[in-house]
Amino acid sequence: MAHQAAFADQAMEFAPQLYAAAMRMTRNRADAEDLVQETYLKGFRSFHTFNEGTNLRAWLFRILTNTYINKYRKQQRGFDESDLGDIEDLYLYKRMGTFEDASIGRSAEESLMTMLPDDEVKQALENLPENFRLPVILADVEGFAYKEIAEILEIPIGTVMSRLHRGRKAMQKALHDYAAARGLQRTQRADETTNQDR
Amino acid sequence: MDECDEPDCAATLKELDVFLDDELSASARLSISHHLAGCPDCHGAFDFHAELKIVIGEKCRNEEMPSDLLARIEQCFSTDFDNDGQIG
Repeated sequence: MAHQAAFADQAMEFAPQLYAAAMRMTRNRADAEDLVQETYLKGFRSFHTFNEGTNLRAWLFRILTNTYINKYRKQQRGFDESDLGDIEDLYLYKRMGTFEDASIGRSAEESLMTMLPDDEVKQALENLPENFRLPVILADVEGFAYKEIAEILEIPIGTVMSRLHRGRKAMQKALHDYAAARGLQRTQRADETTNQDR
Repeated sequence: MDECDEPDCAATLKELDVFLDDELSASARLSISHHLAGCPDCHGAFDFHAELKIVIGEKCRNEEMPSDLLARIEQCFSTDFDNDGQIG
């Protein structure tokens, strides 16, 4: 049993992480601030139900995610996995990963960190359908384990894994599309012009 | 690039996500590491996705929290009398 008075001491350190996740969920500052504030208020009120010794960070993210799903989520039509289309595995790697064949110009010295602008990476994540966005936020932004994500989202671990896999591929396709739109297009090699011009 | 089409490569690439998410058993992890040590193609693919995962994480958690948000939250705690689950 946890005491309300201790809540602020133990929980406030997670605010920057909760805020970043809230930004990726709500996609705007005003809603992200409200979402974090409401998460803390709910946590404060129900802190007596928190089992001390368990993971406070996961507990707060569960409140954040539930609050987002119940309140801030825009009304969306139901969608299924086919809405992401069928994207091949290793989508970005096949176009960017190897220097001699890459469709996106990248020199051996250039890291993905410098090649991919912050805004495009955020946008690629924020444009994912929500069923895929939430697992990717929890795994790749917040570093939760599959089991924790399954508990936070109340879905089976197998579903977490398949949504992560498909969500990540869709992000990779978006990142490639943005880069291509910026003009980092393939410099075609002479021997493959005929096959590539379609 | 050379396609990874050896049976071992296909089996290894199938575990890419789970390996990078550090969710494999120790023995499965060892067997993947063993393959990667001898296969530049798979090693390249794993390296790329490890880097991509770091880039996505760092860029997507790079958010400046409004400076007054913490104070507003703590203010909520001390004025939380109505207990209606809403702010204010």
